[in-house]
Amino acid sequence: MTTTTRAAATPTRTAPPRAGSRPFGLARHSLALAGRSLIKTLRTPEQLLDVTLQPIIFVLIFVYLLGGAISGSQHAYLEFLLPAIMVQTVLFASIATGVSLNTDIEKGVFDRFRSLPIARSAPLVGSVVGDLVRFVVSIVVLFAFGYALGFRIGTDVLSTLAACLLTIAFAFAVSWIGVLLGVVMRSPSAVQGTAFLVLFPLTFGTNMMVPTDTLPGWLQWWVGVNPVADVMSATRGLVVGGPVAGPVTRSLLWTVGLIAVFAPLAVRAYRRRA
Amino acid sequence: MVGAMSYAFEAEGLVKRFGTTTALAGIDLAARRGTVLGVLGPNGAGKTTAVRILATLLRPDAGRATVGGRDVVRDAAEVRRLIGLTGQYASVDEDLTGTQNLTLIGRLLDLGRRDAKARAAELLAWFDLTDAAGRPAKTYSGGMRRRLDLAASLVGRPEVIYLDEPTTGLDPAKREEMWGVVRSLVDDGSTVLLTTQYLDEADALADEISVIDHGRVIAHGSPAELKRIAGSQTIVVRPTETERIGDVADILRASTGAEPELPRPGLLTVPVEGDATFTSVVRRLDDAGIGVVELALRLPSLDEVFFTLTGHGAEEPTEVAAA
Repeated sequence: MTTTTRAAATPTRTAPPRAGSRPFGLARHSLALAGRSLIKTLRTPEQLLDVTLQPIIFVLIFVYLLGGAISGSQHAYLEFLLPAIMVQTVLFASIATGVSLNTDIEKGVFDRFRSLPIARSAPLVGSVVGDLVRFVVSIVVLFAFGYALGFRIGTDVLSTLAACLLTIAFAFAVSWIGVLLGVVMRSPSAVQGTAFLVLFPLTFGTNMMVPTDTLPGWLQWWVGVNPVADVMSATRGLVVGGPVAGPVTRSLLWTVGLIAVFAPLAVRAYRRRA
Repeated sequence: MVGAMSYAFEAEGLVKRFGTTTALAGIDLAARRGTVLGVLGPNGAGKTTAVRILATLLRPDAGRATVGGRDVVRDAAEVRRLIGLTGQYASVDEDLTGTQNLTLIGRLLDLGRRDAKARAAELLAWFDLTDAAGRPAKTYSGGMRRRLDLAASLVGRPEVIYLDEPTTGLDPAKREEMWGVVRSLVDDGSTVLLTTQYLDEADALADEISVIDHGRVIAHGSPAELKRIAGSQTIVVRPTETERIGDVADILRASTGAEPELPRPGLLTVPVEGDATFTSVVRRLDDAGIGVVELALRLPSLDEVFFTLTGHGAEEPTEVAAA
């Protein structure tokens, strides 16, 4: 490897200028970066261990440990619980977005992205979208395991699909909270710890495990304002049957609202962190 | 004085503070197109901070900088089209293969899928990484990572390339290799900003050198000018036969007019002005039939340069937050 062979092989500067102003730049760049996240996930499949085992463990604990006492019939309880567990596991899976983002920023890979002529938000959007595979894996595992235990969809495949999409959309929205934490906080473990603290009251303070009317008044109030409870009601309605319109509308409004608030905050914090 | 337009990049009075620490206390840096500016200084002198401002990663608290005539703060997006950045710590994605790393950058630079692949293959071949192209970067050696990192900064054929201590931590052979790369980049018309802690590296590569310390430029000039300021070079001779040390001393005395020193048994050193003297010493040693184990023209070390310029050594790093 000598200087002369290098010089001979040096690519000349005759290439066409970069067309950075091509339309849909943000979408294309974000997708390219989401592809990067996907490659990383597939290269270390153990990263999928949590999203694979978590739904199984939650179902086992809730249905077999508590189900008998709560509803008297484990099978009936499985029907009640599974759509809500889907929301819970996907939300927990979304924590990884902020954690891995924090790791990336610390490592300096993001310095390169920041020195490229791409939108500042592209790496953030990319890491949010890149976690789609984690969400899909946890949903597939949950339904497969549920079916093995005797769970059956009460509505139809399309409605169930809609429930999955609603859950994923909401998880993307919640991911932006994780992204904000990932950009602002100093270590991946701090991000993880804080994200769990946020998610515990949001996921357990709901109608996931027991009907709301069995709760004390102050907790009923919390379930009433908690967006995760809306999403759980919506998925329950879409998968096993029941009221749908109200919860779905509120879930979608929350999804849009969370993104509208936290995405700009995260991008702004990311810009400042430079 | 050359016109402003012929500068590839230009920084004036850059100031950057991190809390109570002043990383840059008003520095000027500039390089003409197609040249190498060496920024020489110890750890914590502000080299990385200056590079990060010129690379649009940091905003200066005062002063201004332009790349290709475009302001690094106001026209940051435009500047990013012109630059390539290779950091002190190789910022490649460890989980991605060499090809995937470079293809990703190509896609982000709006190359089509096929063009991005082709450009990746071209750069991997150029940097001798073709055999490792399909392996994750975490399996690469330190030198391979540096090369991949540099390749990643070249995907978009940047006009201005920032190399932040590209050889720190590399063994001498790998260093020479990196020097070859820098030279061919310049042959290709790129302008390079190279930060380094080694005077010999700046001497070997740079057209002009700015010496910085505590966030200020304390000297600027061509390598020759700087070496004149920094003090003379030293000829080092170690003859094969120790008994001929007297003859060597005579030759050195005759060639340089200075009195040689004997810092260790069998080794003579003498200060010289200019490179011509060295040639004459070599010729006279040859004429006298004296074989040598070691014969070198040594540059003053960074420490010696600093001592001459500032009165203190280069070993007092100031704490600078690189982030």
